[in-house]
Amino acid sequence: MSRFRVTGKGRVDHHAPVRFTFDGKSFFGLRGDTLASALLANGVHLVGRSFKYHRPRGIVTAGSEEPNALVGTSRGRGRFEPNTRATLQELRSGLVAESQNRLPSLKFDVGAINDALSPLFSAGFYYKTFMWPKGFWDKVYEPVIRAAAGLGRAPETTDPDRYASRHAHTDVLVIGAGPAGIAAALAAAKAGAKVVLAEETAEIGGALLSDPEVVIDGAKAWNWIAARAADLAESGVRVMTRTTAIGYYHQNMIGLAERLTDHLDSVPENAPRERLWRIRARHVVLAQGAIEKPLVFHGNDRPGVMLAGAAQTYLHRFGVRVGDSAAVVTSHDSAWHAAFDLQDAGTGIAVIVDTRTDVREDLVAEAERRGIRLRLGHTATGTDGRLRVSALRINPLRDGSVGNGTKVFCDCVLMCGGWTPSLHLFSHTKGTLKWDAENTAFLPDRKSEAVEIAGAGRGLWGYGAALDDGAKAGALAAEALGLSAAAPTHDVRQDRPGTGTAHEELPTDHDRGHTRAFVDFQNDVTAKDIRLAVREGMRSIEHVKRYTTTGMATDQGKLSNINGLLIASNALGKEPPKVGLTTFRPPYTPTTFGTFAGYHRGAHFEVTRKTPIDSWAAENGAVWEPVGQWRRARYFPQGSEDMDDAVARECRAVREGVGLFDASTLGKIEVTGPDAAEFMNRMYTNPWTKLAPGKLRYGVLLGEDGFIRDDGVIGRISDHRFHVTTTTGGAARVLNMMEDYLQTEWPDLDVWLTSTTEQWAVAALNGPKARTVLDGLVEGLDISNEAFPMMSVADCTVAGIPARLFRLSFTGELGYEINVPARHGRALWEALMEAGKAHGITPYGTETMHVLRAEKGFIIVGQDTDGTVTPDDAGLDWAIGKAKPDFVGKRSLARPDLVAQGRRQLVGLLTQDGKVRLDEGAQIVDDPNQPTPMKMIGHVTSSYHSATLGRSIAMAVIENGRARMGETVHVPTGKGVEAAVIASAVFYDPEGGRAKL
Amino acid sequence: MLLIHCPYCDETLPESEFAYAGEAHIARPADPSATTDEEWRDYLFIRSNVKGAHYERWRHVHGCARFFNAVRDTVSDRFLTTYPAGAPRPALSDLEASE
Repeated sequence: MSRFRVTGKGRVDHHAPVRFTFDGKSFFGLRGDTLASALLANGVHLVGRSFKYHRPRGIVTAGSEEPNALVGTSRGRGRFEPNTRATLQELRSGLVAESQNRLPSLKFDVGAINDALSPLFSAGFYYKTFMWPKGFWDKVYEPVIRAAAGLGRAPETTDPDRYASRHAHTDVLVIGAGPAGIAAALAAAKAGAKVVLAEETAEIGGALLSDPEVVIDGAKAWNWIAARAADLAESGVRVMTRTTAIGYYHQNMIGLAERLTDHLDSVPENAPRERLWRIRARHVVLAQGAIEKPLVFHGNDRPGVMLAGAAQTYLHRFGVRVGDSAAVVTSHDSAWHAAFDLQDAGTGIAVIVDTRTDVREDLVAEAERRGIRLRLGHTATGTDGRLRVSALRINPLRDGSVGNGTKVFCDCVLMCGGWTPSLHLFSHTKGTLKWDAENTAFLPDRKSEAVEIAGAGRGLWGYGAALDDGAKAGALAAEALGLSAAAPTHDVRQDRPGTGTAHEELPTDHDRGHTRAFVDFQNDVTAKDIRLAVREGMRSIEHVKRYTTTGMATDQGKLSNINGLLIASNALGKEPPKVGLTTFRPPYTPTTFGTFAGYHRGAHFEVTRKTPIDSWAAENGAVWEPVGQWRRARYFPQGSEDMDDAVARECRAVREGVGLFDASTLGKIEVTGPDAAEFMNRMYTNPWTKLAPGKLRYGVLLGEDGFIRDDGVIGRISDHRFHVTTTTGGAARVLNMMEDYLQTEWPDLDVWLTSTTEQWAVAALNGPKARTVLDGLVEGLDISNEAFPMMSVADCTVAGIPARLFRLSFTGELGYEINVPARHGRALWEALMEAGKAHGITPYGTETMHVLRAEKGFIIVGQDTDGTVTPDDAGLDWAIGKAKPDFVGKRSLARPDLVAQGRRQLVGLLTQDGKVRLDEGAQIVDDPNQPTPMKMIGHVTSSYHSATLGRSIAMAVIENGRARMGETVHVPTGKGVEAAVIASAVFYDPEGGRAKL
Repeated sequence: MLLIHCPYCDETLPESEFAYAGEAHIARPADPSATTDEEWRDYLFIRSNVKGAHYERWRHVHGCARFFNAVRDTVSDRFLTTYPAGAPRPALSDLEASE
């Protein structure tokens, strides 16, 4: 048993030792310890190096606000977490912990050179130090800074753990299970409300766990807690421990992170590690208490210097004395109680230093009775020691001046600068705060949600006040729900109410330009840095924050905010409320990515849409390509073919024989109703009135701004029914746009819109032998060229399956698209493959489809257009029904910019060297020898190797491109400049005869 | 996550069922060809961008699929009301009084 463990004290099990390692060294703690309490029980204060100066740092707090004791923890392969707060991590058997930010070891860290060089690293040093020479940033400064920066190291492998998430609804959510929270939950539950009580640590009780001598309604604190735990269970309150409320969102939705397994010795198989809760509460009670403030003085960051309240918690909750000889320095009554309790447990109190001269008489009398040396009206001006504090330097304050310093030897310093109400969550709601000069704290003011704040969170001090206030808040919450509620009062003995005063940096006899008085331990910000920021012109507290980094990162100002504000307001000569507070942002504490991701990882990150023919493609070696949420077969390699080989073979098959393509992903919308043709006239650029049933037409859809939004072939099935196809990625957008116009602009039209994308499976049969293959399978329709010419549609059966047959071509060859009900998709596909076997039918994928269409100059919306391309730019002027009075986007086609000369027009581009394939997106210039930045006149939109033409082809948008046929332009690339000639985008079969065979 | 009342379903449902659809009460001109370039520009691009009560459109896209209108305070993100498409613009004075 370590001599710092106090037998019989604490809520730990003194008979249950738990082994763990820290930096490779084996230690024992007890069941019920946190990693921090177990280290302290072993006399270990030094647990890390600071972020910037690599100063040795120790445990400062006993809660989630801990700025220093951030360690890496691991549990086997892949299960490594950086920046675990040792104060929150419960000890488990075999826990492996390591310190951070040190090289090679915690006790000897070469990075500590930064501390000696600290004048170089003052606030804003990034902005000042690395300005010159210019070329040094990329090659010298940035790599060095990157190597040195960061808090901890990131895990190196995929997180193997599972994470869960859940939604819940409740009448009242109480956050924080200290005395105020417990009283609130009980008052609301007894009124009949459904209540959830969330607590960050492993058990309820809050500060009462650290004050066991308090007597409430005749019961000692811990007995009272046990009785209330039974009450809560009986009242049906759902108590969630190890659950941190991390964010407060609109309309009382609270995000909570529940830690499920990190405290267990062994993890049940497949158990989730953490669970994210989204709880929607009709009313919320915030009972998060207050966070103790450090005092700001030279050397206040030395290991062994910690908050007095934390020492009290380690003693009572964990049975650990934080040292043998404590110097207490405070400006608040609460630290006196901590001193008395520690002395009772056997720690010598070297001195109590209070900055106040006028301290409560009973406290002074008690200290004198105990024989403790008192130094009222004194200040602390420094500490000694290297890896652990060995002395505190104190000086008397007389009439505003600082007297001579004396040293008090000690092995720990317990400091208390008062308490800050924890209002982070309240601030997430944009509730306003008002400055309370008496408490030197911001307190909640105007609320924007249905919420109560109870206890220390609104500046009340003492258990009696917190309990009564909590009960009142719980009753108010219940009453807001229409329940009748009572708020019981509590009889509290041995209460520990207290008051205090606040300081900026403590008065000192040192030159304040040279003190290292830390305000923000985690970000290594000193009082001097904040004054420097103000001197250099930062007026807003938000600017001071960013210039110095105070209150940033995981700390979010929990310890540093008010001290930083007081120093800044003093330097600015303004009242604190005039300077204001920086914004608190969620999450309240660091939260793992796994918790946020929950189930949405791996295959569940996003749905993968598969066509009815997908399984055939998978069985036949398809290489996949994601298109929107769909996975599509990109090509079907045979043997050792690479993509270029496979695509060339597939292209040749379609041009010379017959190929089969899965076009099921095409968006499909059925437009029906008496006004269907009128609706189509208004939506699409083309005229539809005269399109006869049984005929197809290529349609172009514009936005109201005149730019191309989508395109597709549209069939008129009957007078009142259109089968609209859209691009694969555009289906939902187009339907939304159609619905928008139909519902809100033309509600008088009698039209119904139905998405049928997933109802049809579509096989596209293309090539000169397509009809030969299809002929034997079709019943109920004459598909001869005369009876069923290009751009026809009809119902029939194909291979015995009811089908809607389109004759169209996106390849330039004779082509059919066979639509069948989705469940018959694979049967159709197999029937076509079987029928085509004798003709060498070849399945092909999206890459081949792209090449074939590019050879014909057919655009792909979103590739050859980018939201700034008009029909005329794309050479689709012919698709515009100019006689129509109106359609979506028509008026915009007359906008001055859209009719101006010099617009970029879609053309073909042939490189002088046919073996060169340009990069899609490459910029085009006229004169490659002009100085940079060059004038860019367009860019390449599509580029492929064409097996059919035996050379590369490209499509591009070029200023006035159509008027520049045959001219040479240049494409600068990473390797040089390629010359290319502007040509028609229709590279193959310009007369279009092949599709009409 | 906001809760939004769909005036057609008459239910208050989570934001994830809805999609925002821009400012409300901007009617498409009956005859766009009769508008001047400036009028058409205003219709296409010019929006009020208010700080405070904003009249806007939402669609209950994962529900009844209907477009409807709403008044939302862009500072607090609070919905003051929702109402069917085509209904007249509610007066702000009425909304604030009913809060």
